Amino acid sequence: MQIKGRVYKFGDDIDTDQIIPARYMNTYDPAELAAHCMEDADPSFAGRVEPGAVIVAGKNFGCGSSREHAPIAIKAAGVSCVIAPTFARIFYRNAVNIGLPILESPEAAEALKEGDQVEVDLAKGLIKNLTSGGEYHATPFPPFMQGIIEQGGLINYVRERMKDRA
Amino acid sequence: MSMTITEKIMAAHAGKDRVSPGELINCRLDLTLANDVTAPVAIKEFSKLGLDHVFDPDRVVLVPDHFTPNKDIKSAELALCVREFARSYSITNYFEVGKMGIEHCLLPEQGLVLPGDMIIGADSHTCTYGALGAFATGVGSTDLAAGMATGECWFKVPESMKFIYHGKMRPWVGGKDLILYTIGDIGVDGALYRAMEFTGEAIQDLSIEGRLTMCNMAIEAGAKNGIIAPDEKTKAYVEKRAKRPYRFYYSDPDAAYAEVKEYDVSRIEPQVAFPHLPENSRPVSEAQGIELDQVVIGSCTNGRIEDLRIAAQIIKGRKVNPRLRVIIIPGTQEIYLQALREGLLEAFVEAGAVVSTPTCGPCLGGHMGILAKGERALSTTNRNFVGRMGHPESEVYLCGPAVAAASAITGMITHPEEVMGGAD
Repeated sequence: MQIKGRVYKFGDDIDTDQIIPARYMNTYDPAELAAHCMEDADPSFAGRVEPGAVIVAGKNFGCGSSREHAPIAIKAAGVSCVIAPTFARIFYRNAVNIGLPILESPEAAEALKEGDQVEVDLAKGLIKNLTSGGEYHATPFPPFMQGIIEQGGLINYVRERMKDRA
Repeated sequence: MSMTITEKIMAAHAGKDRVSPGELINCRLDLTLANDVTAPVAIKEFSKLGLDHVFDPDRVVLVPDHFTPNKDIKSAELALCVREFARSYSITNYFEVGKMGIEHCLLPEQGLVLPGDMIIGADSHTCTYGALGAFATGVGSTDLAAGMATGECWFKVPESMKFIYHGKMRPWVGGKDLILYTIGDIGVDGALYRAMEFTGEAIQDLSIEGRLTMCNMAIEAGAKNGIIAPDEKTKAYVEKRAKRPYRFYYSDPDAAYAEVKEYDVSRIEPQVAFPHLPENSRPVSEAQGIELDQVVIGSCTNGRIEDLRIAAQIIKGRKVNPRLRVIIIPGTQEIYLQALREGLLEAFVEAGAVVSTPTCGPCLGGHMGILAKGERALSTTNRNFVGRMGHPESEVYLCGPAVAAASAITGMITHPEEVMGGAD
């Protein structure tokens, strides 16, 4: 799968309360959550984000709460991919489970700048900076997780497994 | 081959003789948990599987605690969704308002989480139960849906980090101070993907409540789980509550750790974490005099009876400073009743504090104590992120119940000694 989009930069330790504040969590409707995506980190983000956007953040992205509302809000806002040096573990699992592409790449997170155009080849884990010409490799997913991604998320994966057992 | 307590519990639930860090395994679950915010998303995903049953209706726990008693119409609809699912699927451990409490106070109290268990919860503070010698970790709603359907969950076996706490704690220092100090030392990703194993003389000295507080905040260092080996205190706590068998596991003396940290607790003062990360912890002496608008005593971190007793010891017979609001939230109905019988609630109300029904409420900026722009709270909760308790330009400082209670009296961040007099 090929992704192309504009880079939106964020700092270290962006927590799930900044991604989607709990005051909006009396719903889990993706469109309503998307309207407040990243609000407490950058109130202007939801209004200006372009389709296909690539969030490039610092270490420990998605720390804090287990709320799946966070990757749901990011995906529904039209973000195609999140790149960071490291992700908090629950956010990492949630993103894979709901089919939001995420890539761990300290080099790309460091080098990419706000407004850069990037192209991402998810299967190869290759990140290309179309603005400056740089190329970066992401840490590949373990084969087991690749399986979940290829099945289109955890629920499809579980459905197939339960069929096999029946 | 030697293993840590975390590895032993994982191996036992994966049907293996041993597991090693980095290994991907599938584990049998003893319990799954969700609340009024995370369960509706899990129920939506679960429904896609088209099943007419959960893996075990006695081992799926549903606790509407975040926005309950319902704060608005949308929250009422979330709670309704959980209630209807519980009825349709004959969930035995659904806790309605009136019986419910803050989930991580409620489950240990009700004997639903036990030593040696493998537990997932769609709430990041599920790691609390490690205090009883269980493996417990937070997951998202989709993982929880898969767990409710299959009774299983996949894990990567974490590396373990060992924390050894030597010596005797000073007066007014408790589990909250030790964990804030530790997160201050290693940072909010200092234990990322790892198990935090808490050991040493000071951990043995802590009550079960204090241990639950420490494991509760393992997630604030990025950990997969926090864990404490069971002992006589654990046995005394669980034997009167358990309704099913349980097992004690211990780390082998020569088990391998990715890192070992040692602290002399006699040097640790009561701690305060400054905005906007729990790693910004400092001794209370460096926070003295910071003026406050609100004090919150409660939450899955510090809403247990011991916390309320410590707060009452300081607040009883005194008055809350008139410039601030003090909100006290017992963690469960049983804690509420116990505090009522002991006269703690009377002491709080007479002092000018309010006592709330059990709820997560203000901790996550839900309801029951939201901050306005520019306001500042001191709270016994677990997160001080931007906007956590209300307006994005409000501030949350974190501490234990003693510092919170002393500060409630003075209206500014205060060492409990200042109100109660020194130990010497």
